[in-house]
Amino acid sequence: MAQVFNRRANTIARLSIFVGVPVVLLILISVWWYYTRSDWVRDVGPAHAVVQPGGGFSHQLHVGGLKMDCRYCHNSVEVSSSANIPSTETCMGCHSQVLHESPKLEFVRNSYVNEEPIQWNKVHDLPKFVYFNHSIHVAKGVGCSSCHGNIASMPVVYKTQALYMSWCLDCHRAPEQFLRPQSEIFNTTWTPPADQIEQGLKLKEEYGIRDSLQLTNCSICHR
Amino acid sequence: MQTSQKINQPVVEKLDELLAPGQTYASVSAKIGDIVLYPVLKTPWGWIGGIAIAGLLLMLYLYSLATLFTVGIGIWGINVPVAWGFDIINFVWWIGIGHAGTLISAILLLFRQDWRTSINRAAEAMTIFAVACAGIYPLVHTGRPWLDYWFLPYPSTLGMWPQFRSPLEWDVFAISTYATVSVLFWFVGLIPDLATLRDRAQHPVAKFFYGALSLGWRGAAKHWQRYEVASLILAGLSTPLVLSVHSIISFDFAVSQLPGWHVTVFPPYFVAGAVYCGFAMVILLMIPIRKLFGLEGLITLKHFDVMSKVMLASGLIVTYGYFGEIFYAWYSASIYEYFLIVNRTVGPYAWSYWALIIFNVLIPQLLWFKRFRTNLPILLVISVAINIGMWFERWVIIVLSLHRDFLPSSWDVYNPSFYDWATFIGSFGLFFVLFFLFIRLLPMITIFEVRDLVHKTAHKAHDQKGH
Repeated sequence: MAQVFNRRANTIARLSIFVGVPVVLLILISVWWYYTRSDWVRDVGPAHAVVQPGGGFSHQLHVGGLKMDCRYCHNSVEVSSSANIPSTETCMGCHSQVLHESPKLEFVRNSYVNEEPIQWNKVHDLPKFVYFNHSIHVAKGVGCSSCHGNIASMPVVYKTQALYMSWCLDCHRAPEQFLRPQSEIFNTTWTPPADQIEQGLKLKEEYGIRDSLQLTNCSICHR
Repeated sequence: MQTSQKINQPVVEKLDELLAPGQTYASVSAKIGDIVLYPVLKTPWGWIGGIAIAGLLLMLYLYSLATLFTVGIGIWGINVPVAWGFDIINFVWWIGIGHAGTLISAILLLFRQDWRTSINRAAEAMTIFAVACAGIYPLVHTGRPWLDYWFLPYPSTLGMWPQFRSPLEWDVFAISTYATVSVLFWFVGLIPDLATLRDRAQHPVAKFFYGALSLGWRGAAKHWQRYEVASLILAGLSTPLVLSVHSIISFDFAVSQLPGWHVTVFPPYFVAGAVYCGFAMVILLMIPIRKLFGLEGLITLKHFDVMSKVMLASGLIVTYGYFGEIFYAWYSASIYEYFLIVNRTVGPYAWSYWALIIFNVLIPQLLWFKRFRTNLPILLVISVAINIGMWFERWVIIVLSLHRDFLPSSWDVYNPSFYDWATFIGSFGLFFVLFFLFIRLLPMITIFEVRDLVHKTAHKAHDQKGH
């Protein structure tokens, strides 16, 4: 009676255990690692810029070129959890005088006349189970660019951070790495000085920022 | 086949025998192997009927789980003070049942108890299937089982590890270790028997199936030597698991501060309870299987007698635990502990406490008498009673402690919903479908160990003749 398995079966068995299993595991781990950490999957970077209605609004022009303060449009950033997306009236404050006949701004004027808000597209969409408050971060020395990047250089805004929870915790565990004086909050090109940790610890003291044990309490962000 | 017919003849059963007389190496291999190697079309009707009923229950189980995944845990009867209901009761009950298999396969192997040989394979299979049934409950009771990998400590983008100080996290490790070691131990023990089946099989598909699973076993001396070492190592790994798994599950309760849970006796009391209902389940499974497949020659009354003694001993430890709980409540001088005992005995769920005492404490006292230990119909009834009793024990611990919180304003009652019952009854479907597949596809008795027992028995008889 012929054998069911020939001699090669032993080699196949050894190969599958010592080569097959590690290779499959490696592939699975790599795919998972890429999927959870890749900027491409997480929509981060210039390739994932979020185009706005009308197609032409440029932060580079308004912030970089015209040197407008962030708070002119995002006017509740210091007092509210939401930084605020400007209403059409805010746009028309300038554009009733400036470029008031430009065809590019037709949709803004239509919105103003018809009293229908422009549906701006969200760039940073936080999950609903996260409580985030802009005002406390601004008040305690976290500048816009720490999270949003150098907006003044972006014609169309994109995310510079994937908003991982570990990224939030990096700062909540050691805020001194990122704190800046109040005068620098809205500076979009701020870079930490050489003695940032020293300065940061001093600022942490001045701002009265709590210790990391309290800052990393679950209910600080998940309420 | 002549030999197996000879065994099928009615024999006068003697109590002190682990094997009926007249067994030979060939008869053992034929008897056990033929159950598996029957042609598909000659499958016994009892088996087909059994798996059909179990399959229907499995459909009920899948239906209730599918509803759970699409609707959420709101379909269950749980509410705010009673946030753990059937899910955790059934989890603890099923995992407890598994413990008898591990005890039989590991501890009794280390203690060289020969009576384990005929029952250890089926008991280990029971362990694995019971752990599977148990493990599903905590996985689905999260409500979002597709996120259950969050239980595992892996380098995630959350920047957080699971809460290692929580007994619920210890459960993850306890149960996954238990499942892994049990499956490995079971499979390693199967290899020599799978090779026997490969050699006896006629059909090419069966040859391939058993041949692939037997991993090239040729029965060489080196194979046996490595096999003995491997099974001793696995027995050594399994032995602490018999104690640790249910101890850790008892910590889920004992580490909290709820009256009725915060008790130091919990770990040993849980382990004894697990062994208790596990052995009851082994007996419950073995009595019909022995009848259905004519295995009276291999699973004898002696086996049932010994298992009943283990049940009686573990049952007395559990009984001690019940008295202990009453004593601690009085000795603690805490009004909450005191209230708990009053509430258990005369409160709205008093019927369940007294059912527990009747099923777990009173009925098993019959096991003191050899008459009942070797009377299989009565033993079957006692085993069912113990399984019901141990289920009520978890019910009493979980529901009765939760439904009366410290604050009377949060008191409530717990009524299991249709889906609670469907998930519970359906889990028997999963268990029995797996068990029926097991007895059809794998040798339910360890062939080579029984052959070894034939050898030893023959030598003993030889010695007694005065040589």
